[in-house]
Amino acid sequence: MTLTKRIIPCLDVNKGRVVKGTQFKNLKDAGDPIEQALAYERQGADEIVFLDITASSEYRETVLEMIQKTAYELSIPFTVGGGIRSYGDVRKALLAGADKVSLNTAAVLDPGVIREGAQIFGSQCIVTAIDAKRTGVENWEVYIYGGRKATGIDALQWALKAEEMGAGEILLTSMDFDGSKDGYDLDLTRRVSESVNIPVIASGGAGNPEHIYRAFAEGNADAALAASIFHYGEYTVKDVKDYLKERGIPVRI
Amino acid sequence: MKACLLDLGLGNLLSIRRGLERAGAEVTVADRDPAGRDNADVVVLPGVGAFRDGAAALERFGALLGQVREGRKPLLGICLGMQLLFSKSFEGGEYKGLDLIKGEVMLLPKSVKVPQMGWNSISATRDTPLLKGIKDYEFFYFVHSYYCRPEEDIVVAECRYGTTIPAIVKKGNIYGTQFHPEKSGRAGLIFLKNFLEDAKR
Repeated sequence: MTLTKRIIPCLDVNKGRVVKGTQFKNLKDAGDPIEQALAYERQGADEIVFLDITASSEYRETVLEMIQKTAYELSIPFTVGGGIRSYGDVRKALLAGADKVSLNTAAVLDPGVIREGAQIFGSQCIVTAIDAKRTGVENWEVYIYGGRKATGIDALQWALKAEEMGAGEILLTSMDFDGSKDGYDLDLTRRVSESVNIPVIASGGAGNPEHIYRAFAEGNADAALAASIFHYGEYTVKDVKDYLKERGIPVRI
Repeated sequence: MKACLLDLGLGNLLSIRRGLERAGAEVTVADRDPAGRDNADVVVLPGVGAFRDGAAALERFGALLGQVREGRKPLLGICLGMQLLFSKSFEGGEYKGLDLIKGEVMLLPKSVKVPQMGWNSISATRDTPLLKGIKDYEFFYFVHSYYCRPEEDIVVAECRYGTTIPAIVKKGNIYGTQFHPEKSGRAGLIFLKNFLEDAKR
């Protein structure tokens, strides 16, 4: 009996459709979000993350509608992130049926949003997403606005601060590795995971099951998020879990 | 089966409502004691939010909970809903619970990451119809920072996370799960069906 490592397919959603690009660019259409989430649930996904990358705010209603439909259909937990700007947005997303919300830019601009959300709805539903770019051997800088703006904030320090403010989980994306399919930034993942006492989801760079194995075995991640390796049918969630199980990583099969 | 879902105003009830419906129940949601005749067969106390707020919200359900206390109506508490059944909790201070089960609610040990978040396997500690059709060591979805320490012998299944954690408890007409059956895929659905079946008796 042990808590298993989670495999989390991530769906980037733009105007209600799933899209996939590399390094935050070159978006391609990849289908209906709810159908895809259900397909992943059937494959054995442990959770689903939806990241709304729609730039303008006019699609908020589309997102809330998607959350409601997903909560109705899916029987595993799901997180919604992207474009959540305030405590009001956190509240709307959670009341629409999301299990967790992921805060990125809004949390950096006002860490009080984390505290407010955690106090009312509990830490377990407040995820802090960190987009980090390597600036030195053991240094990573936090970026906001979908990776467009550097903040000068140290990623490790920010992770600790987010935990202190009441975040229940860190979704840690390496901007250097995202979309590369060369594997996760294991140093970054390990450093953050060993510094905080909340779960850390490794993100950015998964190209094959071995990368995911290394995120757990070497990066000490609690969960691994991946997008393209699942989207284009290269591997199923089951393939990845079988691979992990053979190598002694506890997974739910 | 008619299930009355208690809305403590701390979060969305769509998933648990949908889970109970899939398990065959007809669900009504109540944000206070129903006016007039209440015809629910079971009461479900769902679980998100903080203990203090949950305990305060329970005051709106005095009549229904009175029926539960007298053994006249089955109740299932889920996650925080299970913790609220206990005597007291140390979440953010010290707060009194319903005291339907003697015991305390404590913070998870420092040796593990808190919250426990994800799928853990549970092990039955006694024969129970609640786990009929579910294999031993099946996985259920947990997300919690506090856990129950009962003083009574009421644990039906447990899991390990830094310490031994009651996963399912049952005391007469009172049921509790620390995991979220409505978020636990197929196994969770079978559990909810078993609960409705067991509560009928």
